[in-house]
Parts: sequence; C-alpha cells; structure tokens
Amino acid sequence: MGATTATLIELGVIFLGLGILGRLAARFGMSPVPLYLLGGLAFGQGGFIQFHGVAEFGHIAGEIGVVLLLLMLGLEYTAAELVTGLKQSWQAGLMDLVLNFTPGALLAYMLGWGPVGAMVLGGVTYISSSGIAAKVLTDLGRLGNRETPVVLAVLVLEDLAMAGYLPVMTAVLGGIGLLGGATTVGISLLVVTAVLLAALRFGHRISAWIHSPEQETFLLKIIGAALLVAGLASAMQVSAAVGAFLLGIAISGATADSAARLLEPLRDLFAATFFVVFGLNTDPSTMPPVIGWAVLLAIVTAATKMATGAWAARRAGIGRWGRVRAGTVLIARGEFSIVVAGLAVASGVLPEALNALVAAYVMLMAVAGPIAARFAEPALRRLTRQPEYAG
Amino acid sequence: MDVQETPLPGIGIRREIVLGNGRRVGLVIQRDGQTELIISKVDDPDACLASIPLSIEEAATLGSLLGGPQLVAQLAEEHSNLPGVSTRQFLVTDGTPFAGRPLGDTRMRTRTGASVVAMLREGQVLPSPSPNDVIEPGDLLVVVGTPDGLDAAAAILHGS
Repeated sequence: MGATTATLIELGVIFLGLGILGRLAARFGMSPVPLYLLGGLAFGQGGFIQFHGVAEFGHIAGEIGVVLLLLMLGLEYTAAELVTGLKQSWQAGLMDLVLNFTPGALLAYMLGWGPVGAMVLGGVTYISSSGIAAKVLTDLGRLGNRETPVVLAVLVLEDLAMAGYLPVMTAVLGGIGLLGGATTVGISLLVVTAVLLAALRFGHRISAWIHSPEQETFLLKIIGAALLVAGLASAMQVSAAVGAFLLGIAISGATADSAARLLEPLRDLFAATFFVVFGLNTDPSTMPPVIGWAVLLAIVTAATKMATGAWAARRAGIGRWGRVRAGTVLIARGEFSIVVAGLAVASGVLPEALNALVAAYVMLMAVAGPIAARFAEPALRRLTRQPEYAG
Repeated sequence: MDVQETPLPGIGIRREIVLGNGRRVGLVIQRDGQTELIISKVDDPDACLASIPLSIEEAATLGSLLGGPQLVAQLAEEHSNLPGVSTRQFLVTDGTPFAGRPLGDTRMRTRTGASVVAMLREGQVLPSPSPNDVIEPGDLLVVVGTPDGLDAAAAILHGS
C-alpha cells in the first residue's frame, strides 16, 4: 500500500468520523470543535490507532485552516465597525484583557513554563470564541436583546487585539530577543494601523479589484490573495494569520458577504483539519497530570469572563438578568484558543504538557460555555425565586 | 417617531422603536437579508419575548397591514369636510371571489358607487389602481364611498 493510498484512507476515515460526530453535536446544539479535538486525540501519537499518513497533509492544511479562520474573521467586520468598537468600548476591552489574560499567565508561571508559556496560555484564556458566541446568540434568539451589542463589542475588540497579540507571540516564540521583538511589534502595529486606514478609505477599491463575476475566478483570487498576504506577513515575521485577518478587514460590503459565503465550506474543512492536527499532536497520556489544572483554569476563567461581560453590560445600563446573559455568552473558548496554542506548538519551544492542558481546557470551555449561556439565567431566577413572566 | 439603529458587528443591524408602554418593537436585519421581528419583554426589557424570522414577502405584507390604517386615517382627514363620504380598508384573502382577477371584474364602481383609491401590496402603495390591475390575496384595498356603498363593496369582496 503506497503512502498516498494510506493517506487517502486515513483522511477519509477521519473526515467521515468527524462528520458523523459533528451531526450528533449539532443535534444537541453543541460546537463541533471539542469533537474535532477528541478525534485527533484518538488517532494521534499515543491514541487508539496511530495515523501516520495524515501528518504531512495535516500540517499544511492546518496552516491554511488558520489563514482561512482569520480571513473569515476579518470579513465579518468592516474597518468602520472595528474603529467604532475601539472608540466606544475600549474600557470593556481593557477589563477583558486584564481579567482573562492574567489567570492563564499565572498558571503558566506556576507550572514553570516561564514568560513564553505565560504569553501563550494568557492568550488561550483571554480570547472567547466568537464563533460559539454568535451561534449561541442566534440559537437562543437573543439577537434583539439589548445586551447583545455589548457582547459583540467585546468580541470585536478581542479579535482586534489578536492582530496585535499574534505578531508579539510569534516574535516571542521565535526567540528573537527584546530588541527584535520590539521591532516586530512596531512593524506590525504600523501595518495594522495602515491597513485599517487604507480599508476605511479604499476598502471599496480593494473589494472591487478582488471581486469577480464568476465564482471560480473569485474563489481563486481571494484564496490567492489571502495566502500571498499571509506568506508575506510571515516573511516579515508578523504572523501569517494576522496578514489574512487584515486582508479580510480591507475587503468590505457586498464583496465581503459573497466571499464569506464562498469560503465558508473551505474554512470549515481546513479549520477542522487544523483542530484534528492539534489533537493528533497531543499525546493523551500527557493529559491526566494536567486535567486538574485545566478544570481549575476553566472555573476561574469562566468566572472572570462572566465578570467581564456583566461589568460591560452594567456600564451600558443593562439590568441584572441581561448582565448574567452577557457574561455567560462570553464564557466559551474555542477556535482561537486552539489557534494560539497551535502556533506555540509549531515552534516547539514549549513542553508537551501545554498541548494537553489547552486541549482539555478548550474541550471543557467549548462545551460548558453554551450550557452556561442557556441555563444560567433560568437557574439563577429559580434560586432567587424570581420566575420569568411570559409577558 | 424615533427609530433607533444599533449596529451588530459581524451580524447585521437592529432597528427598533420604543412604544408608549415602554416595549421595544423592531427588526434585526442580518447581513444575508434574513429579517427577524423582535418584541421586548415587559419584566425584562433587555430581553426579547419573541424574535420571529420573516421572509421578505411576509415582512412587506405585515408592513402594509400596519401601514393601512394610517393611509385610511389620512384619506378620512382629507375628505372630512365632505359629509357622507367615508374610507374603509378591505383585505383580499384567499376566500375573496375576485382574488387573482383584474380589479375591473368586481365592477365595484358601477354596482356600489364606491371606488378603490389605493392598493397596498407588500409595503408598496399603488395609488389609483386601474381596472386591469390584478388583485392578489394579501392586498389591502382602500375604498372611498358612502357608508351604504362601502357595505355593498364589502359584500362583493367577501363574496356574500
């Protein structure tokens, strides 16, 4: 059996299995991300069966998955929305960063992973899953709620913070030292600002240039542009993912909408691959020693996210139940926590236990987040004997 | 009326009005055009009692149903100094015998003296429809005439 044959069979088994498991998750309104991680764990090093053939494909496909995840994230927002969000809710954003970056960073120090580990684990606990949050808000019919814009503003700022954070992390992981790090951060901040300004002024021109009446050429143009920008950004040490994110922001209006529709299935495929690869690279036997820490981190960071959302909602004049809802929607961590950890893993600087900790943590949070968002309010109402009126 | 617009980054936009009793009623319009009608709760005004997805056609029809009375009120105001003339609105339903047929087929003016001065369809007002215009279920007809004429018009349109 040739290597290609084995790869095809293994990929087929993995995707088919994920599809079936994902269907099951969808029936319970769950995010599929934890299942993708589980799938990877089962078939990776130290898993039930070891799949060797997918590593090569998985590596590059996972990279493309990250590029597409960030490109789609950029497409979701217009530059104007980001600038407005920054102006109106920077205090909430800062609160979010302080409250949620700290627990991860502290734990990394306690486990002896040093400043690099703190940088990575802080990022993992900081960033909520905008994908899960958006799905929960839609599924629970909360789009019309008053606290929803507050939640979305926090998510927007987190995503914008990623554009600053990822280059810094890439620099730190690359071990290029303080001066080199500062230069990289300087460059990336300049690039981010330049792209935002350019997107505000020339967004429609960039969009018009990318747009194509035929789906096929449109797809090729946008993927080509994304990979090229990501590659160039990576060559400048700015992190490929940020390049893709900025391109997504620069594309706006109708072009962004149709690009998002066109790219969605591809993003789902490649991002799933990325999550599986993360699972594949995690040895399940490294998990038991860190599971306690993962649970503790989950409890602490659920509380800190809850506090962030409630605080931001309160500032916006939202009542107590709205604050509970705003806080709980933000609890879920998912795709971007894995992106952060995945980049760290790829550099090979950090111990394997970090992989295991993050995998366990994200699986917990991606499942617990939506459950908390759904049941926290009714449970608290029952506890405080304030039933909900139908009117 | 003050319509509040709230951008929902990554999702779309919310447009709503605050009613006299404090409730918020409005729409969430998602990027892909999907529209939801939202109504806030009384005990928790931050939350929504319901968010009901509407197709473009459903939203437009609901809009014309809501807008109809205002048009009638305006017309009534305009001929308030003409005693004996009134305005009434009639909804064309599936059960209306003339649904799907030209307005001229009802021979309303000949039979009752009342005339159809406007037709509301999917949020659009068609002023002075011609006899060739086809009436469809969901249309709202604004009819002007004497009270007796309007009763007769009702009988024709409701098939009794």
